[in-house]
Amino acid sequence: MDVLKEVGNIGAGNAATALSQLLNKPIDMAVPKVQLLGFEEIADKVGGAEELVYAVFLRVEGEAPGNLFFILTPDAARSLLNRVAGISEVSEDELSEMELSALNEIGNILAGSYLSSLADFTSLTMYPTVPALAMDMAGAILSYGLLQFGQMGDDALLIDTTFLEGKDEIEGQFFLIPDPESFPKIFTSLGVPFEHD
Amino acid sequence: MIDEQSVIKVGMADLNVGIQDNIIRTTGLGSCVGLTMYDPGKKVGGMAHVMLPSSEIAREGMLNIAKFADTAIPELLNRLLQLGATRGRIVAKMAGGSQMFAFAGGNDTMRIGPRNVESCKLALEQLNIPLIAEDTGGSYGRTIEIACSSGLLYIRSVQKGVKEL
Repeated sequence: MDVLKEVGNIGAGNAATALSQLLNKPIDMAVPKVQLLGFEEIADKVGGAEELVYAVFLRVEGEAPGNLFFILTPDAARSLLNRVAGISEVSEDELSEMELSALNEIGNILAGSYLSSLADFTSLTMYPTVPALAMDMAGAILSYGLLQFGQMGDDALLIDTTFLEGKDEIEGQFFLIPDPESFPKIFTSLGVPFEHD
Repeated sequence: MIDEQSVIKVGMADLNVGIQDNIIRTTGLGSCVGLTMYDPGKKVGGMAHVMLPSSEIAREGMLNIAKFADTAIPELLNRLLQLGATRGRIVAKMAGGSQMFAFAGGNDTMRIGPRNVESCKLALEQLNIPLIAEDTGGSYGRTIEIACSSGLLYIRSVQKGVKEL
C-alpha cells in the first residue's frame, strides 16, 4: 500500500504542477490515500451518493487498465473556469456548452499529466481514452468505475488525491480505480511482490 | 413528509423488503437498475439495486446475489413471499440503467445500463411477474424510493426533477 501511495503521490504531484502552471499559482495537494473500500464508501468520499459533482472520466488503457475520474464540486468547477479558462462570468445554473467543453479540456490536461507520470514511474504503458464529462449524482457517476470490480467482489482499490488552492477555493479529487488485474502488474513493475489477502 | 425512521436504505448491490409505512430507498443509480416488486393486497414491497446483468461472469467464491439481475430478482421475490406476499398479485417497476458517459463507439462496459435493463426484464419474464412501469435509459442518475403503503415509485434526478410511477 505504501508503494501505491508513492505512485499516487508522484502522479498527483505532476498534476498539481500542471494545475499550478495553468493557474499561475501554487497548488497544495493532500497526501494521496490508497484504500480498499466498499462500493458504498467510495461515493461517501465526495459527500455521498446524491452529492452533485462534475466529473471528467477517462478510461485508462494499456498494460495496467483502469478508470480515472477527476471530480469537482460545482463551486470548484466554476472557480476553475473563471481562473483557468478566463471566463469572467460563469453561468449560474447549468454550464453552457462552451464552459463544459473547457472544463472537459482542463480535466483532460490534469488527468493526462497524472497518468503519464504514473506510466513513467511504473514503466507500464497507460494511455487515456477520450475524456467524457458528466454533472450528476456522485453515486451514479462513480458506480460506472466500479463495474470491473463488481465481477470480483464488493470492494475496490481507490487512489484518492485532493487538491487545494488558496483557502479551499478550488478543491478537486482524482480517483484512480485500477482494474483488478492491474494491481499485480503495478506491484510487479515496482519490484514488490503482490500479495492478495 | 417522510419520517426518516421508516426509511429502509438499499445500497449498491444490495436488496431489502419492507411493509406498511416503510419507504425503501436507493440513491445515485447510474447504469445500475433499481428494481421494485410490490403486492398491493398485502402492502409489502421490495427493492434490489442491480449492478450487473448476469452472475455467469462472477468469479468463483463468494457471490453477492443482490448484485446480479439473474440472481437478485428471484431472491427479491422469495423475500416478499416470506413476508406473506401472494405471488399472483406481485407487480414490478424499475428505474435506472442509464449510460452516464457518451462515447463514440463504445465497448460492452459502456452499454452496461441497457444490458442491465434487458436482463431484469428477462428475469421478470421467467418468473412471470408483470413489469407495469419503468423509467430507464437516458444519461443521468436517479434516486428512487417505493412507498410500501401504496406501491408508488418516486424517481428523482438532477436534470428531470421528480417523477412518480
